[in-house]
Amino acid sequence: MIALLKRDLTLAFRAGGGFGLSLAFFLVFTALVPLGIGPETARLSEIAAGLLWLGALLACLLSLDRIFQLDWEDGTLDLIATSPLPLEAAAALKALAHWLTTGLPLVALAPVLALLLNLPGAAYPWLIASLAVGTPALSAIGTFGAALTVGIKRGGLLLSLLVLPLYVPTLIFGALTVTRGAQGLDAAAPLFLLAGITLGAGAILPFAAASALRVNLR
Amino acid sequence: MSSIWEYANPRRFMATSGALLPWISALAALFVVGGLIWGFFFTPNDFRQGSTVKIIYIHVPAAIMATSAWFMMLVASIIWVVRRHHVSALAAKAAAPVGMVFALIGLLTGAVWGQPMWGTWWEWDPRLTAFLILFLFYLGYIALWEAVENPDAAADLTSVLCLVGTVFAVISRYAILFWNQSLHQGASLSMDAEENVADVFAYPLWTCIGGFFLLFVALVLFRTRTEIRARRLKALIAQEQMA
Repeated sequence: MIALLKRDLTLAFRAGGGFGLSLAFFLVFTALVPLGIGPETARLSEIAAGLLWLGALLACLLSLDRIFQLDWEDGTLDLIATSPLPLEAAAALKALAHWLTTGLPLVALAPVLALLLNLPGAAYPWLIASLAVGTPALSAIGTFGAALTVGIKRGGLLLSLLVLPLYVPTLIFGALTVTRGAQGLDAAAPLFLLAGITLGAGAILPFAAASALRVNLR
Repeated sequence: MSSIWEYANPRRFMATSGALLPWISALAALFVVGGLIWGFFFTPNDFRQGSTVKIIYIHVPAAIMATSAWFMMLVASIIWVVRRHHVSALAAKAAAPVGMVFALIGLLTGAVWGQPMWGTWWEWDPRLTAFLILFLFYLGYIALWEAVENPDAAADLTSVLCLVGTVFAVISRYAILFWNQSLHQGASLSMDAEENVADVFAYPLWTCIGGFFLLFVALVLFRTRTEIRARRLKALIAQEQMA
């Protein structure tokens, strides 16, 4: 298990630039927002919470088709499937590796970008907490979507169509946490609901992802 | 006649559905046309909303059927996953576009009604938003069916998507309630509580709901028969090429 995780992490860091890509996307997205909305800081700080969550979500989406696609193409996925490790565990590890290489850096980068968007100071702890709690759900859901579409040529667009509606509850609670935090309200309730979604997704979706993988490997 | 599972045999299904389809279609036409005519021409205008209220005879049944169709797809998907009856998977496939169109009708008639009533075509209201997301789920489901070439693999994958999607659709529904307050009115009809709609509107409305339900059944049967025929044709062509 550790070996698989290590291998995925090493591959993400060394090959293909998948690691930095989503971070760079997040940065570019945030930089483009004021160009589209207008540079007034008051308006930006009002919508910063939702925009940061949207940016994180899209950055995460961008890297999803890498989760299984490369392993599928060179046959590694068959080896993983025939190894003694249950496929459910492999799917969970893939999701974890995806989170460690995209979700976690996004959490680290978000405060800097929040500064660019003039997010109110009170919201920073909530932003970091909500991203830290919520992005694992994005990775788990995305892994399921990637498992569904792994056998499809050029499935990237389809993957977005399938995954984005599933992201709705995570996005709502994540953005709501930060918005309430920015208004100085207690944001614990949406944060707990977000944590519930993450735990539920982490518990159930590896099984769904593994069954989808089995179908695609058949 | 021993068990309902006998209808999982495509031949048996084709024979039974072929015999039933004309009757169901005729009934559906009778109820839909009758209910709409009753609703449009033989009910008084609402004293506040005028004649625009009559759009409920399309809007409410379409909305009910859009959610019911997804539920039917869920049941069919579970049957496919558990017992692997091909007719079940094909019925789910056949129901998806019908449900999507019902969802679209619900959204469009809602917009047409909302413009004079709420002064806006679209409002980010919980019911509307949840419905739009249901529509997106339909799109994704249909797209996945189209994208996977092997029919059995497609049935498996879409079933898993339908199961997971249902869970997330329900969570989204409640998440959206948390997110925004409601502008859309509450349920107008219910089985147990006293109706919010006067009887004079409720009877034609129930007729329309029944008619839309029959229409859905007829369309799904028809489309499932087409799917089965297409599957047979494909098998025949494959046989020809082998020979």
